[in-house]
Amino acid sequence: MVDLSVDFLGIKAPNPFWLASAPPTDRKVNVERAFKEGWGGVVWKTLGEAGPPIVNVSGPRYGAIHGPDRRVIGFNNIELITDRDLEINLTEIAEVKKAWPDRALVVSLMVPCDEDSWKKILVRVAETGCDGVELNFGCPHGMSERGMGSAVGQVPEYIAMVARWCKQHTKLPVIVKLTPNITDIRAAARAAKAGGADAVSLINTVNSIMAIDLDALTIQDSIGGMGTHGGMCGPAVKPIALAMTAEIARDPATRGLPISAIGGITTWRDAAEFIALGAGTVQVCTAAMTYGFKIVKEMISGLEAHMRAKGYRTIEDFRGKAVASVTDWQNLNLNYVAKAKIDQDLCIQCGRCHIVCEDTSHQAIFAQVDGERKFVVNDAECVGCNLCALVCPVEDCIVLEHRTVGVDPRTGRAYDLPPQNWTQHPNNPGAGKSRG
Amino acid sequence: MSANAPAPHRPDIAAGRLHAKALADNFSDLHPPLSAHEAHVEADRCYFCFDAPCQKACPTSIDVPLFIREIATGNPLGAAKTIYDANILGGICARVCPTETLCEEACVREHAEGKPVKIGLLQRFATDAFMASGERAYERAAPTGKKIAVVGAGPAGLACAHALARNGHSVTIVERKAKLGGLNEYGVARYKATEDFAAREARWILGIGGIALEHGAALGEQFSLDGLRKSHDAVFIGIGLPRTNALGLAGGESYSNLVEAVDFIEDLRQAESLESVAIGRRVVVVGGGMTAIDAAVQSVRLGAEKVTLVYRRSIELMKASPYERELALTHGVEVVPWARPHALAGEDGALHAIHFERTSEADGALAGTGEFFAVPADVVFSAIGQKGAPALFAGSQAPAMTGDRIAVDDELKTNLPGVWAGGDCVVGDLDLTVSAVDDGKRAAASIHAALTKKG
Repeated sequence: MVDLSVDFLGIKAPNPFWLASAPPTDRKVNVERAFKEGWGGVVWKTLGEAGPPIVNVSGPRYGAIHGPDRRVIGFNNIELITDRDLEINLTEIAEVKKAWPDRALVVSLMVPCDEDSWKKILVRVAETGCDGVELNFGCPHGMSERGMGSAVGQVPEYIAMVARWCKQHTKLPVIVKLTPNITDIRAAARAAKAGGADAVSLINTVNSIMAIDLDALTIQDSIGGMGTHGGMCGPAVKPIALAMTAEIARDPATRGLPISAIGGITTWRDAAEFIALGAGTVQVCTAAMTYGFKIVKEMISGLEAHMRAKGYRTIEDFRGKAVASVTDWQNLNLNYVAKAKIDQDLCIQCGRCHIVCEDTSHQAIFAQVDGERKFVVNDAECVGCNLCALVCPVEDCIVLEHRTVGVDPRTGRAYDLPPQNWTQHPNNPGAGKSRG
Repeated sequence: MSANAPAPHRPDIAAGRLHAKALADNFSDLHPPLSAHEAHVEADRCYFCFDAPCQKACPTSIDVPLFIREIATGNPLGAAKTIYDANILGGICARVCPTETLCEEACVREHAEGKPVKIGLLQRFATDAFMASGERAYERAAPTGKKIAVVGAGPAGLACAHALARNGHSVTIVERKAKLGGLNEYGVARYKATEDFAAREARWILGIGGIALEHGAALGEQFSLDGLRKSHDAVFIGIGLPRTNALGLAGGESYSNLVEAVDFIEDLRQAESLESVAIGRRVVVVGGGMTAIDAAVQSVRLGAEKVTLVYRRSIELMKASPYERELALTHGVEVVPWARPHALAGEDGALHAIHFERTSEADGALAGTGEFFAVPADVVFSAIGQKGAPALFAGSQAPAMTGDRIAVDDELKTNLPGVWAGGDCVVGDLDLTVSAVDDGKRAAASIHAALTKKG
């Protein structure tokens, strides 16, 4: 029997699929609809300080880039934090938590960067009975101009400072949400940990302009002819999120720091990948905003089926198991040799492997054999770069084969040489030890 | 039904078997054009293959992956230009090409999943957009003073004339019919080229300028090949196959309801009103090519009750494409293979049945089996092939022929100096619009090279 339940910082949820702090979690009606579909938890749309709520634009606040068939690949928003009154939000949060005690309900917060503001909001939020708080240090648009959001997340000292205040003024678990709009995510994560944060969540959105309107010659979409950069999320940012999650997971300074992963998670498979990199929960927004809340059913059944097939009983059975495989380039085995192999039965003869290799890589795929259209790898040139396999439209038609027996016709070196990385390589002037 | 019911022994042939609305629906576009949304979804399916098999399968070598990518990126006019660069009759070819045996058969997605990219419909999407834009595809080069006669305004002649005019030559097209377009105007089913498309595209092609028209002027009548050669620097012959093969059965000429399928198709195409087109209640079509299918399916669509198509060999050997055969079957046409016409039965100038003999093939030779059957008919359409007309060259020095077709070299040159030929009338042509276009295009290149050769 597979058990999808999670215990994240003591916050229990029936599954790791949480809705991220975003439009889908802005109000009770949405959150309850999500819970009915099976979402394990939500991070309530970011609350601000008491007083007149912020005001959003009344024009296009979302943008997108599309793949084939208008599938949303990247999604952009310039929406600010909640534009509803604080009291209404607090009331609804309390009601929802009471009605759905088995689901995780974390509240996202963003107030001015002074201790008193944070103290005030934390007191009010704790009264709702929610399970934890997430500090929004990520939003790259609008609020950052007012000294909040990513304006905090881009300065490690501020991250640590605010995290420290929050830990002082609440007993609730504190999650720090990180912005990817920085040069080294590890600095931000270390600061969160140093400030006492219980966990980090990442990534928030990536600074983005989605398009330019070539008729109007304006940013697209525009608000009456003007626009501003927003924050991008969706499938296109997943690789960025995976890389940043891995960096934090393998950094000696932050190893073991709980992570709630965010960034383009669209299917159970995406979620499982982040879990394999150490995430304790995953947060989803774009997929829900693209297809509706029902997608969680696919995520739940898919993750269950995967875990059953792999013999995992709980999330913990595979969580973090891929972290050790992420290393620095210099540690890669330069004596490992793989070469592409084309399955002629699966090949549909589109020839894309040939032309991309010929034009842009290593001229290692023949387009003809005995005068016939046939695509065959030339081992004497193939460096195993993977380009052909990536552009092939047929799944598993081209695979990279690890060679272990014989001699590489490209280099004249045996396939089974013992492992050797750059730190040991004779071509590396700094590889003193291997030379010595 | 007509008011006067025919007497039992008279053939039941009548116009208006179906209501006007039903007729209009039956003769609307066989393949409705793609909407912009459909075109973009379909264009996204193209893999942009290297050395694309679809392009190689196209007799005019249209750069299919490029034009589809141009559609996908919102540039349908650029897509059309890519098509026209290879095939100036890209619009009609998108409608009449047997794509299922050319580009779409070669499509790697046909190979991969049995569902090729809809190349023909995408080509139509692009070319329709171009026609609607009112733009001109090409500008004519400065006049060269060279004069070329093009005989026949079918696809070969139009393609040749356009390419020559584009290069600044002065072209005169000699066409015996009233309208341009050749078989696309007169010889294909009405639902394949609706809204006068063939003629519209032909006029658009002439819009490049430098092309004069001599309508109603036929080779061998108003013009002789010798005369054209004297008055022009070059001559291109694209006269198609003006004659039909006769069934060759006793009494054939005496029956008014034994009709050449090409005549039926032409009359139907040119009819002002579909309600005025008469059709038999029981129709028999003899033949296995596109013309036979067009006649059979159009008979059904006009309201014929029973249509039987009889072919002397197997269904697989029919010259009509698999799609066309399928079209006949889905229209309820009874397709009878392995039988050949044997005799006609009728009286008072009216045929009432046609007798067939079953056939079989042994050692590659077709032979009768001695078994006979009769099919009652109000109309019999003969569609057993067309042939050339060497007589058109009577009185002139005629080009060398192989059988009834003109012999040409790789550049479409005949053995006569200054005379080129292409399309159905030459040896080795595929008898398709698209191959005729390619002939015309290549002949024009050869003519241009010959006329501008230095020294």
